[in-house]
Amino acid sequence: MSDSPLPHDGWVLVVKRECETCVMVAPLVPALVDALSRGGEPVIVASQDDPAFPAGVTVRDDEDLALSWHADIDTVPALLRYRDGREVARALGWSRDAWRELTGIPTLGDGLPAWRPGCGSRSVDPDLVDGLRARHGGEVLRSRRIELADAEDEHEALFARGVTDGLPVVPPTPERVLRMLAGTRRRPEEVVAVVPPDLVECSVEKVAVNAVMAGCRPEHLDWVIAALRAACTDAFNMHGVLCTTMPVGPVIVCNGPGTAAAGLNAGVNALGQGTRANMAIGRALQLVVRNVGGGRPGEVDRATHGNPGKVGFCFAEDEARSPFTSLAASRGVPAGVDAVTLFAGEGPRCVVDQLARTPEALATSLAAALRATHHPKLVVAFDAMLVIGPEHARVFADAGWDRERVLAELHARLALPGAELVRGAGGMAEGVRADLAGATLPKFRPGGLLLVHAGGEAGLFSAIIGGWANGAMGSEPVTQPVGAP
Amino acid sequence: MSARRVVLDPTGERVPVRRTLAPARARLDGCVVGLLDISKARGDVFLDRLAARLEAAGARVARYRKPTFAKPAPADLRHEIATTCHAVIEALAD
Repeated sequence: MSDSPLPHDGWVLVVKRECETCVMVAPLVPALVDALSRGGEPVIVASQDDPAFPAGVTVRDDEDLALSWHADIDTVPALLRYRDGREVARALGWSRDAWRELTGIPTLGDGLPAWRPGCGSRSVDPDLVDGLRARHGGEVLRSRRIELADAEDEHEALFARGVTDGLPVVPPTPERVLRMLAGTRRRPEEVVAVVPPDLVECSVEKVAVNAVMAGCRPEHLDWVIAALRAACTDAFNMHGVLCTTMPVGPVIVCNGPGTAAAGLNAGVNALGQGTRANMAIGRALQLVVRNVGGGRPGEVDRATHGNPGKVGFCFAEDEARSPFTSLAASRGVPAGVDAVTLFAGEGPRCVVDQLARTPEALATSLAAALRATHHPKLVVAFDAMLVIGPEHARVFADAGWDRERVLAELHARLALPGAELVRGAGGMAEGVRADLAGATLPKFRPGGLLLVHAGGEAGLFSAIIGGWANGAMGSEPVTQPVGAP
Repeated sequence: MSARRVVLDPTGERVPVRRTLAPARARLDGCVVGLLDISKARGDVFLDRLAARLEAAGARVARYRKPTFAKPAPADLRHEIATTCHAVIEALAD
């Protein structure tokens, strides 16, 4: 690094007056500097809070913490040795033996205690670290910098530039983006997806910028990246999901032990507002599609109505209380692995059945409601996601029905007579071709009904999320492990 | 607060390639016109009518079809159209 304040060969001692251990060591410093200087290499004594400390030596004023940042110091006092432009040794805090070994001065610290813990370096102070990262680590950021004019309101400025979804966004300052990037092990320049409709290569940094805007925390970033990678597969077909006149958008279902750490909600109001992780992860994906991919409503997005979930639609499966294997497990994700499953879905609708006490009666109710997905007479072309609430799930669990049994029973009740489905039947013009009148047709293709367990403890309800044109001609659900290479 | 406030550009920072339009043809005879059916219902009905009228005006018509309306046309198909046709009409329906 050409602008590094660190020596190519030599010594660096970093202290601060506020630290008792530094104060204890300070009387040693003049003699120490003398002794080390005799080797002909420079000795830099840097003070983080007072350029007059320690007394008796020339002090490098490091109140701006530039040297401390570049030396990656988390504890003071810190004594570091450099050779050939690289750090070769360091001693942190006061350890008489360690300092003697490092300096080769056998009498160093006579009369001082053998050991004293150091203090936290100001360069890792949580109030300062974001600014330092932006100032000194900012070269990792490649995005164009937009300087706002003095009189510009930052929120209005972002609305005016067309980069929001109609709600205010968190301004993506370099400090915030760098903090967001700390949430992933990926490098900022790594391309993680090619985003439709403009087919633009999207770096981790661009995901982070949009994740900041969406309100994400750093621990959400890998979930957003996983969702984006799933969305940008040919199978999910984000281009089609975006440009269709139907009201669908990417619905993100999160599974795995990391959902709790991310703060994802699988319980009360799981599909609704009020949980930061749910709202922000879903929104971040949509902001990337809008801003990086260029997918804007009224342009490539031609939805007749859309749905409120297109701001963002993300929730977790309640695995802990579920009587079923999880959605991710059913799609081949090993236990203990975090994953997202993307489904091209519309807004959810509620299925009420407060009276069914047998699994057969409940399955029949759910099937009747599922039949109405998009139109009671349209079959096979659309998938659906059934979000079973805990009280409905209990009815199945009490009878020993597992995931496979529930799905099989639903499919059995959704094998429909063609005579009811043909165009004109039931007084409805919509329907299937007349020549299918004698056939039995499934409402959903095999695998076209996805089952998820989520919701609050109370309420004999489930929710249906209708899908979009399925299969190779439309969108396939896609499951993507979180943090996978 | 510092007066200098900076935000990072959230867009793809794409610089679109500028292309000039091919010159308009004065006459249709001798012209190869591609008709791209995007696979929407009854798109073929509309395109059949267009084909008849174009052929009546002396154009040669080449018909193409996207595998699904829900995805962009495959690159090979776009290349074939671009290298075969003087003009193309992409037809919607529904």
